[in-house]
Amino acid sequence: MNFLKTEDVVKQYSGHLALNKVSIEVPEGKIFGLLGPNGAGKTTLIRIINRITAPDSGSVLFDGRKSRPEDIYRIGYMPEERGLYKKMKVGEQAVYLAQLKGLSYPEARKRLVKWFEEFEIISWWNKKLEELSKGMQQKVQFIITVIHEPELLIFDEPFSGFDPVNTDRLKQEILKLKEAGRTIIFSTHNMSSVEEICDDIALINRSEVVLSGHVSEIRSRFKTNTFTLIVRSRVNPADLPPDLFSVLKLNVSDDSTELQIKKSGELSNSELLVRLAKQYEIISFTEELPSMNDIFINTVSGTNL
Amino acid sequence: MSKLGIIIKREYLRRVSKKSFIILTILTPFLFVAMIAVTFWLATIKGDEVHTVAIMDTTGKYASLFKDTESYRFIHSDKSLSDYRQNPDKEITAFLTITDDLLKNPKAAALYSEKQIPGELSRMVNQVLTKQLESEKLASYDIPNLKEIIADSKVNFSIQTIKWGEDGKEGASSTMVASLVGILFTVIVFMFIMMYGAMVMQGVMEEKTNRIIEIMVSSVRPFDLMMGKIVGIGFVGLTQVFLWGILTFVLTGIGQFALGGAVDPATIGQGANMMSPAMDMTDMGSMGQTGEWLEILSTINFTEIISFFILYFIGGYLLYASVFAAIGSAVDQPEDTQQFMTPILIFMTFAFYAGMYSMENPDGPLAFWCSFIPLTSPIVMMIRLPFDVPMWQNIVSVVLLYATSIGITWLSAKIYRVGILMYGKKPNIKEMIKWVKYK
Repeated sequence: MNFLKTEDVVKQYSGHLALNKVSIEVPEGKIFGLLGPNGAGKTTLIRIINRITAPDSGSVLFDGRKSRPEDIYRIGYMPEERGLYKKMKVGEQAVYLAQLKGLSYPEARKRLVKWFEEFEIISWWNKKLEELSKGMQQKVQFIITVIHEPELLIFDEPFSGFDPVNTDRLKQEILKLKEAGRTIIFSTHNMSSVEEICDDIALINRSEVVLSGHVSEIRSRFKTNTFTLIVRSRVNPADLPPDLFSVLKLNVSDDSTELQIKKSGELSNSELLVRLAKQYEIISFTEELPSMNDIFINTVSGTNL
Repeated sequence: MSKLGIIIKREYLRRVSKKSFIILTILTPFLFVAMIAVTFWLATIKGDEVHTVAIMDTTGKYASLFKDTESYRFIHSDKSLSDYRQNPDKEITAFLTITDDLLKNPKAAALYSEKQIPGELSRMVNQVLTKQLESEKLASYDIPNLKEIIADSKVNFSIQTIKWGEDGKEGASSTMVASLVGILFTVIVFMFIMMYGAMVMQGVMEEKTNRIIEIMVSSVRPFDLMMGKIVGIGFVGLTQVFLWGILTFVLTGIGQFALGGAVDPATIGQGANMMSPAMDMTDMGSMGQTGEWLEILSTINFTEIISFFILYFIGGYLLYASVFAAIGSAVDQPEDTQQFMTPILIFMTFAFYAGMYSMENPDGPLAFWCSFIPLTSPIVMMIRLPFDVPMWQNIVSVVLLYATSIGITWLSAKIYRVGILMYGKKPNIKEMIKWVKYK
């Protein structure tokens, strides 16, 4: 079931179309990747979902009905440009922001103390934000995003500015949130993390959705019928059946051969494997799916032409 | 607590708990009182130096008229001026020469000195000689009892200005006291709008440059955020003015007690006069007595003035603060505020001068119209209020002010909403008008 849906969202800024009939469907309990190059309109879409700005036309649906002002309490949002009050004490600041998300003062305090302890920053409670290191500030930022236990979490470029240790920590936290049944929208350029954690994606380019669906489905949609094949013998290219595939690469070593082949015709993978198995002792047979990175670059530069 | 309440609370508490706020709030009344005290002290201070004046009176008629005072000692000298020129006497500041009967030859007296002759000395000499010459001249008419007749004919007249109250009561009014009260309130309103308006602008810019704004607007409406800031800072200002009022009151009380109630209203009047030379001098004379002062002060309707003061204070602040908030939201860098601040400053300065001018003529056309224009009315009306402005004018002016404030706040909120999320663009007025139309 879709937790969130946008239907034909259009947003126009003076002389510039930021979003053109953008429709996305975010399934409940999944991690949804919102991809696209800089300036494609991702942040505008996120702001519309957050009700920070209103669309010119089109609508945002929560649980199948139009989004309402109180829906913002069901969202936790970590913007790309992160910032907090520099001169304010960390704890006080977190309580304030949690209260604005609808928590009562005692409840906000109780939960925050728990989170601060878990992230081992409780001793910083009474320090001013500007005294904290960047990594610690990011931890505070994350806590503030999730403190009101929202059903939907939106992370805009969450890994920018994180060191590898903290990036991993954040990834784990995001996966934990998914386990807890939360829906997550995740906007990023970092394609490796997309393959790792996203279930579905929508690729926005030049204000329009140019690609969407399950990550695995998209990758197979873009498959080029390329396989890597390793066999236990020295292969003579002339011996290969000419009608089944073309050879892209051939690496002959002492006792094995690695080939990259491109399947031709309507042959299924199994049939191909059977034909090959008759002729050679097969060590491995892998279909090469394109990486999200390749798909991203392909799609974006393709539509740019 | 509502969102707006939480924001107001934070904006308020954050500012009043700042050390700088506490120190400024406590120190300012002391500074203020000290400033007034120093002014009076400087005005009353007399040089403790005693100057010697040598009188060379060849007629012998006048020399005995000059009596020593605190600052001047008069000596009679038989030497001539040229003697002194050759052998300078450092002890003597000035030389008064009288060479002939002054009634016949008024030019026969002169004051010489190596330095600039103090005005006080020449005034004193004039006074003494004039008095003497007057009585000599009178005597020369040879009319019996002339002195008594003249003394009897001297009338000390000072017109009383009386305004009819609505209840038919007649009250003695004083332009000067009313002006003083007006100026005091006007300066407070003016300062308040400038100081706290700028604070609102800074606060908005801080949130924008800190980039916390995006988190804020994902939990609260931008309007709440803006209003929370304006109202919170407004309360900070009210707190400060209130504390200043109390502290000044207490300090003046202590000061008066310490001086044994010896504060002479005339001196206060003088002090005030120094600050505002435009003020009517003739009132001064009629106000020698503390009783009169209090009587005049009591004719000013303070309940009405203070109620309207609060109304104008809030309305004017709201109007300007929301404009300041819109400006703060539109710019990225403090330097860019300049182009928007200039017109506002021009308006405020104009309002201030219009107010000062209205003091001279509180019912004149400038005063009249400026007390309806919302951008100037909070300042101009405060000057006019102690002069008993007709109630209908008050009401129209307040209604206009509040209607405009609400309108401007609404407009500012629209600009604010877009502006706080705009980065890297140098905005201009045209751009901002476009923002108003955004959904």
